[in-house]
Amino acid sequence: MTDLADLTIAQAGSGLRSGEFTAVDLLAAVERRAAVTEAHLHAYLTLDRSGARTAAEAADAALATGDPRPLLGIPIALKDNMVTRGVETTASSQILAGWKPPYDGTAAIRLKEAGAVIVGKTNLDEFAMGSSTENSAYGPTRNPWNTNTVPGGSSGGSAAAVAVGSALGAFGSDTGGSIRQPASLTGTVGAKPTYGLVSRYGLIAFASSLDQIGPIARTVPDAAALLEAVVGWDPMDATSYNGDLPAIAKSLDTGVAGLRIGVVTELSGEGIDPEVLEATMRIVDQLSNAGADVVEISLPAIEYALSAYYLIAPAECSANLARFDGVRYGLRVDGATTEEMMAKTRAEGFGPEVTRRILLGTYALSAGYYDAFYGQAQRVRTLLRNDFASAYGRVDVLVSPTSPTTAFEVGAKTADPLTMYFADICTIATNLAGDPAISVPIGLDDAGLPIGFQIMAPALGEEVMFRVAAEVERLAAFTERPRLATSKVVAP
Amino acid sequence: MTEWEAVIGIETHVELQTKSKMFCGCLVDSGDEPNTAVCPVCLALPGALPVPNKEAIEGILSIGDALECTLIEDSLFYRKNYFYPDLPKNYQISQYTFPLCLDGRLAVDVDGEPTMVGITRVHMEEDTGKSTHIGESGRIHGADHTLLDFNRAGVPLVEVVSEPDIRSPEQARAYGAELQRVVRALGVSDARLEEGSMRFDVNVSVRPVGSDVLGTRTEVKNVNSLRSMQRAIAYEITRQIEVLENGGSIHLETRHWDESKGATRSGRTKEGSEDYRYFQDPDLLPLHIDEAWRKRVHERRPELPAAKRARYAALGADPRTAELLVDAGDLAALFEAAVSAGAEPRTVGIWLTGEVVAYLRRENVTLDETGLSADSLVELAQMTGAGDLSATAAKEVLNGVLAGEGTPSQVAESRDLLQISDASTIETEVMAVLDQHPDAIEKIRDGDAKPIGFLVGQVMRATGGKADPRMVQDLIRRKTQA
Amino acid sequence: MPADIDIERVAHLARIALTDDERALYGEQLAHIIEHAERVQALPTEGVEPTSHPLPMVNAFRPDVVTESLRREDALAGAPDTQNGYYRVPKILDES
Repeated sequence: MTDLADLTIAQAGSGLRSGEFTAVDLLAAVERRAAVTEAHLHAYLTLDRSGARTAAEAADAALATGDPRPLLGIPIALKDNMVTRGVETTASSQILAGWKPPYDGTAAIRLKEAGAVIVGKTNLDEFAMGSSTENSAYGPTRNPWNTNTVPGGSSGGSAAAVAVGSALGAFGSDTGGSIRQPASLTGTVGAKPTYGLVSRYGLIAFASSLDQIGPIARTVPDAAALLEAVVGWDPMDATSYNGDLPAIAKSLDTGVAGLRIGVVTELSGEGIDPEVLEATMRIVDQLSNAGADVVEISLPAIEYALSAYYLIAPAECSANLARFDGVRYGLRVDGATTEEMMAKTRAEGFGPEVTRRILLGTYALSAGYYDAFYGQAQRVRTLLRNDFASAYGRVDVLVSPTSPTTAFEVGAKTADPLTMYFADICTIATNLAGDPAISVPIGLDDAGLPIGFQIMAPALGEEVMFRVAAEVERLAAFTERPRLATSKVVAP
Repeated sequence: MTEWEAVIGIETHVELQTKSKMFCGCLVDSGDEPNTAVCPVCLALPGALPVPNKEAIEGILSIGDALECTLIEDSLFYRKNYFYPDLPKNYQISQYTFPLCLDGRLAVDVDGEPTMVGITRVHMEEDTGKSTHIGESGRIHGADHTLLDFNRAGVPLVEVVSEPDIRSPEQARAYGAELQRVVRALGVSDARLEEGSMRFDVNVSVRPVGSDVLGTRTEVKNVNSLRSMQRAIAYEITRQIEVLENGGSIHLETRHWDESKGATRSGRTKEGSEDYRYFQDPDLLPLHIDEAWRKRVHERRPELPAAKRARYAALGADPRTAELLVDAGDLAALFEAAVSAGAEPRTVGIWLTGEVVAYLRRENVTLDETGLSADSLVELAQMTGAGDLSATAAKEVLNGVLAGEGTPSQVAESRDLLQISDASTIETEVMAVLDQHPDAIEKIRDGDAKPIGFLVGQVMRATGGKADPRMVQDLIRRKTQA
Repeated sequence: MPADIDIERVAHLARIALTDDERALYGEQLAHIIEHAERVQALPTEGVEPTSHPLPMVNAFRPDVVTESLRREDALAGAPDTQNGYYRVPKILDES
């Protein structure tokens, strides 16, 4: 019999509804998986056992009444930059050690309302700044496919948990690729929705104009189901989208016949690992065979996306993280004056990458540099958006690898910050444009590490994006599981 | 010797009296209990986001419109970055380029001398919390810690920035007073200086008369009344001139007004360290105030104090009375009601700003608590006009009405104040007095008018002061003519 | 433009106390990153409007309605130092 921790959300949902097992059983399986794998992975920062237990019991009671909500009783994990009432929320930073929020973020509220069981809070690069989950003040997360490698980041804990089965689904946040890149490196599906589709209320801000919450799951339909539970206008977030929502899961079975698919020239050559590129092109060919009209599309401004991103994101973060000052919550390091207390608290509380980005952003916004840096970056952003807009005049979706490489070794890129920044070259542009994108696993490289395939769509184009993603999933027929998920765990 | 000219610009902060705060639903008027009107948003808890209060936007637009500003169609919120413990986010949401209102003006008047003060901009921002500095001595200096209350943090704040068009402490005061009147007339703030719901930061510099170069300015803070603003500016002008005439120079700095010492003292030096790193707030959408909205704001504009004063003056109230009436909103309402019901404006105005104000002050009551109504004012004015009451008796009747003794006629009756204006009664009395004073008649006939007053007095005494003195005088003149 | 970063001033603006070693390290790293980021200046952007918001939306407002505040115990629960319902901090040098 299959271990319940290896079920997809769809499978678990039908098992719960048919009475094959209970939500409490399902939670127990997932927690057992965590008990076995956490020592190797460190995907979680906090496991909320009592909260999860209460939610699972409530789900069982609701299931008994025939409650049809699709996420009812499904164990999921939240990245620890998503605020959860009464459950420690740190964003992997020393500066928030021990902080128990007095409120729930909108995504947490909606997931609770959907009946999901929140297993715990997952590790991330401190304040979501990083691409490997090594920048956590509480130690790195490892990749379940090979624990000498990183799971990607910053949502590495969420991705590793889903990959290994210590959650059936999870949520992360994506500012420059922080959902898609770890999904790619862990063989999971990760989607960054259109900016504004999911409320950011309760997401500890990194870069407000780029941050977006999104799902990580083992399959495309699961990712769609998770996303559907949290989308929609929120009066608490002025930037949340208040128009008609895309029909996210409507066309999952439609196929790609007649769709126009653009392969991004700038993301399918130099700088991309040959094995990754080859696997990507293989899928592109298969899409073409499946009836899609494939063309090559150039987005010239994308060459500047990384540079623009590393001005805009740090600038926004320098202000967003100013609130961590030792006055109202979190860490305080004593000082003779408030000024000294604040400066010492921030020096001690922030890790090196966060400090670096705050300093970078402060510099980029300071008098005399604003226009050359921040202002120029926002104009480049406009050019990039124009490139995307004209591309979407010719094709329905754009495709590329998600990450230029598969998972790299722990410590390989920590010495030079710029090397790490290049891990996001394929994902950053859609954040700048505000558009949705998804990563779908398509195979393993020679080292047995997963390769991800990225599908990008115009703003609010989630329906076509998931439609293509579902087809890619069928074509790739990726069924492998990480060794860690299948080794010692025994079914109940 | 150099003649100096002061150049003054004023930044005014006005707290809007909306029900809820600028970016969250916490109560604005929350009382004294600290940290009771706070939430994740105004405490800047991690993950919380601001959403602007529509009513506050309406409020600032009405101020901008009243100050004849251009209401800007596309406007943006910015973050103004600086660390201070009373500022929870360590940035203030404010406006920078593209504020909501630009380029207005406000006419002010000092002793009948009108000046137009330009309004550079009016923009929307949020207030900070309150800090209390605690030390052994209880003084700010030497404080060993500070207590923070965030009830005020996030209260909508409108900043009105004037052009440096003001040239004297008196003009500055008049500007402050007129701005306060405008804001109150709009009903968007109680604009109380003592309570900090209206606050002035005054930029003062001096330059030789005729120069068109601005001198180095100082920013004077902590002026908590119009009077202290006037005093502080006067002090600062004198101080700056003295420094310059002694060969010194003025430093760009903040100076705090010390009311008890009657002096400003040096505060923070505003060196280059002020770098607010303004950038557009990515948590907030652009504001788009379309033509229909701008029009609606303009059409809703109430009659402003200046226009109201002009109208009262045109009705016949003297300028000082008009100003007093407009400044005291409830008196103005009564004035309008009485005048529109036919009462003579000049007299009613004088009663309201004289006798009524004195009564309210003396008895420490509000207008509502008295028996005065528009109807009673109309009646009183009619009685006076008809000669039933003397001017003095009218004031006494007014006091009786205020005290709730009844309508003017009832009061006049019960206090026995009605004038005798019946011609035959008065003639009888006059003839009786003339009979007793033939020598006075003689003198009058010889061209000496002095005894007329004496004779009037005699008639008034004989009637117990109730005869209409004008009628008595006329009659005496007629009867003594040769 | 060569990156001439006054790291001490930047750290002061950001309220982060750095040691001498950290100043040297961050100064060097920032210069390196800025060098790369300066690539944005190579792109001609005359007449290009800066992106203001990812979606073309305006005017998100809330009605002027009072909602429940936090209970004071909850508001103060996570604070490092409090006194009589206030947050408490050391003395402030730079009073404004």
